[in-house]
Amino acid sequence: MIELTGVSKSFGDQLVLDEVDFDVRVGETVALLGSSGVGKSVLLKHINGLLQPDSGEVVVDGMNVRHLPRKELAELRSRIGYVFQNGALFDSENVYENIKLGITDETCAADENYCHDRVTQCLKLVNLAADTASKYPAELSGGMRKRVGIARAIAGQPRYLLYDEPTSGLDPVNADIIDSLVGKLQEELGVTSIMVTHDVRGAFKVADRLALLHEGRIIAMGTPNDFMTSKEEAVRQFLERDFDMTRSWFELESGDSGENGH
Amino acid sequence: MSSLTIDPRRYVGRFALSSASHVGRVSYLVLEMLRGLREWKIWAPRALGLANDIGYGSLFIVMLTAAFAGAVTSVQTGYQFTATIPVYFAAGVIVESIILELGPVLTALILAGRIGARYAAELGTMRVTEQIDALESLGRSSVSHLIIPRVVAGTLLVPVLVVFASVVGVGSGWFAAKSSLDISYADFVFGARYFFRPWDAWYAMIKSFFFGLAITLVPCYMGFTAKQGAEGVGKATTSAVVAASVLILFLDALLAKLLLE
Repeated sequence: MIELTGVSKSFGDQLVLDEVDFDVRVGETVALLGSSGVGKSVLLKHINGLLQPDSGEVVVDGMNVRHLPRKELAELRSRIGYVFQNGALFDSENVYENIKLGITDETCAADENYCHDRVTQCLKLVNLAADTASKYPAELSGGMRKRVGIARAIAGQPRYLLYDEPTSGLDPVNADIIDSLVGKLQEELGVTSIMVTHDVRGAFKVADRLALLHEGRIIAMGTPNDFMTSKEEAVRQFLERDFDMTRSWFELESGDSGENGH
Repeated sequence: MSSLTIDPRRYVGRFALSSASHVGRVSYLVLEMLRGLREWKIWAPRALGLANDIGYGSLFIVMLTAAFAGAVTSVQTGYQFTATIPVYFAAGVIVESIILELGPVLTALILAGRIGARYAAELGTMRVTEQIDALESLGRSSVSHLIIPRVVAGTLLVPVLVVFASVVGVGSGWFAAKSSLDISYADFVFGARYFFRPWDAWYAMIKSFFFGLAITLVPCYMGFTAKQGAEGVGKATTSAVVAASVLILFLDALLAKLLLE
């Protein structure tokens, strides 16, 4: 379980997170929504200790990330796969080496046969051909880089997956592929996932619960149905842009008449 | 008008705070490196690869610089010498100048531009494209993977390159001295041996080692803490080369005072 309590974070004079409370239960997928620059990625980076809060607590599996010694923090990070917004692939290494770095168990990482099999398996899971392994990040398209980023994140068999804007900058077709992939990994690997996004439709498609970050605070958190029926002004405004498309999809999925949405 | 008034105290204060902050963060980085030295299985192969890469890559420019420095030193020595001083004295001046000063300092300044800029740009780019965050998110130490190999490779390599530079510098100095001083080989070797003490070579190596640390550690730190995209990488690279060069000159003066007096 992931639990953030009263987390605040400032950069200089700018308050980005203002006493944020946020929790994710084991096995669920939560989409963290919010406008660009609102602090979604900052919140996500607190979960694996890439950023430390100015105040408040971040607890993962009962361990307070803020006070973890170096070794325990490294061990915790190896259980949390992190998919970066632009892939953050090591550009001097090929795809094989990139994914291999994701194998966090030292014994497994030292076994070349295991690494080869695991890399091939991960590439297959993210719908990439085995020959992609020999390519360098610069030779890949944006969508492929994102998928390699996901493959690297799952290579170490994590319990948690954190996705930072997995569909940003992608065309609708590739965005749908990534959304489906998030759902598929959730089903096949049973991981607990948090997806930071401003793609409302994608969030409704894959998430069990949604949270909306607005002006440094989580102002709404609930199921897709709760969001569709929310009277909260900020939620309505955020959903408005994609509302018709999202509502149609939601009605189709839930078999709802759509009356709840108004 | 008051807003345009320059208050020197404010600038001094800001400079002092910024310097203290850099010193603190570099010290923390050094501590992290000392801790990371235990993970030699991670950094040693990378350091070897980097040393190979940087060594071959820098050899030509280092030897070229040393060749010109040696020749110019000979010509200038010939220009300043008068017939009242024995000619082998000139050989002593040329060889000592190259071994004690020109070889190490010119090599270090060239490498500060070549290796320092490369390290700062590489790590800065990795920082702004979140590659360093990615490494840490995988539970791996970015210091062991990225900083230690670079610092070890550079620090061990600089003394080796200084040896090459000194040999080439003395060689070219001898060739130039033949025409500028009309000195024989026997006189040149006699003068060089007469003034040379084994400590001179040790001094040059100790200096080179510290220069190597400056050339690698400062740019690694600058790149590692780069911010704000391409502009940040550019700033980090420029600052790294300037700071490493200034540090080389400072260390040169300090070590001369401490070790030669």
